[in-house]
Amino acid sequence: MAEQIEVLTGNAAAAYGVKLSRAQVIAAYPITPQTTLVERIAEFIMKGELKAEYIKVESEHSALAACIGASLGGARAFTATSSQGLLLMQEMLFWAGYGRTPMVMAVVTRAIAPAWNMWSEHTDALAQRDTGWIQIFCHNNQEVLDTIIQAYKISEDKKVMIPVMVCYDGFEISHTSENVVVPEQSDVDSFLPSYENDLIDPDKPKLLWNGVYPEDAFRFKAMLSEAAHRSGNVVNEVQREFESKFGRRYEAIEVYGKPESKIILMAMGSVASTAKATVDTLNREGYSVGLIRVRLFRPFPVSELQKAIEGAEALVILDRSLSFTKGILCTEVTSALYSAKWRPKILEYIVGLGGAVVEHRSIVDTVKHLLPKVPEEPREAVWLKPGGQG
Amino acid sequence: MVSQKVKVFDYTPYSLPTEGSAGLTGSWRSKRPIIMVEKCTKCNLCWLYCPEGTIIRVKGKVPEIDLTYCKGCGVCANECPSKAIEMEDEAKWLNR
Repeated sequence: MAEQIEVLTGNAAAAYGVKLSRAQVIAAYPITPQTTLVERIAEFIMKGELKAEYIKVESEHSALAACIGASLGGARAFTATSSQGLLLMQEMLFWAGYGRTPMVMAVVTRAIAPAWNMWSEHTDALAQRDTGWIQIFCHNNQEVLDTIIQAYKISEDKKVMIPVMVCYDGFEISHTSENVVVPEQSDVDSFLPSYENDLIDPDKPKLLWNGVYPEDAFRFKAMLSEAAHRSGNVVNEVQREFESKFGRRYEAIEVYGKPESKIILMAMGSVASTAKATVDTLNREGYSVGLIRVRLFRPFPVSELQKAIEGAEALVILDRSLSFTKGILCTEVTSALYSAKWRPKILEYIVGLGGAVVEHRSIVDTVKHLLPKVPEEPREAVWLKPGGQG
Repeated sequence: MVSQKVKVFDYTPYSLPTEGSAGLTGSWRSKRPIIMVEKCTKCNLCWLYCPEGTIIRVKGKVPEIDLTYCKGCGVCANECPSKAIEMEDEAKWLNR
């Protein structure tokens, strides 16, 4: 049986990724917009298409705790959540991340309350950037499926041993259908070896994650940081290997459109899909513009970004997250470019919070407004409100 | 001193169930258990109750207490049916 093209929502694509990766333990608690993902996995198990233990837990905190136990006992574990559920997990996120527990979690990004709402923004996932997890942001359904498979390979690499969050926008990706190539099981099997871990072994009792004195604690944190540095290279290796096997190219920093332009847009997730259409429109109309899509957020690909931005006059960041006064992506990018030989002006636009529509037209207008003369670097972010010029 | 006892995995911390894997816990002690030989019936209930396994049975004799690891919690004194264990101020012993 060859690979097939199916019409799948983002959540269904993720479920296929989990099935093809042969996950063995699923522990999850439903929350919109993640729900249809864990429902689809339960269906796979019920039909016997996926041989896995599905643990129904009482909360997201327990879901991740169950996955930690499973992973350290040698089972490939998967969970998924969104927004408030991710926040309830936070204590366990650190245990998993700092404890070096290989696993994959889909984070279907959703705004954090209040204002209570179910639509996408990236603040939930980005607020977990310090928990010791690798974070990858997907911008279409195919990428969701492919990234789940890659994520296991990255996470389980002995040089890494760090859990991976695969993040994608609620509704815009999770509930929107697209054509998705579903790879053949035997191809995935040859790409992704089976998982082993004997840290938890009834025949070899031990006290895991015991108290340690300051010098040892310091050393373990330093070891995580070293592994995080290595993981950036492993992400690149796995993406190259995936491309040679499946023919689809992924890069930590994706450059799109005309990268030699003086104005470069930047976005993550589904905003980047919209921005790609915007770049196509503008370039067709004779305006030169490029796009940088940040796919890997943790570890942040500093050198790749510095290289990609060389020569540009302005970087226009479409940031779907908020840390009080600035976007989290913008803060990260500003920090990453401090040591760059070439540093463009950074113009930050806050977009799409609480699922507000990120309009093609308003991005077009913004770029056209900036093109004749890029203004001085502003101190504050501009809020690009839906329905008009920001 | 502790790091010699604690086996450390190469990337994440754990300890194996070995003697002293939590360090020299005897140094935490503020009260010292003293077994009064004349009252002890050698029932070994103290050995059974000690949460740290620091009481050592000696066949036909009064049990011994490993003060290297005894934290001085007083569970043994509380459980002893003959009231044969007294908790004395550690400071008193240190000054001897």
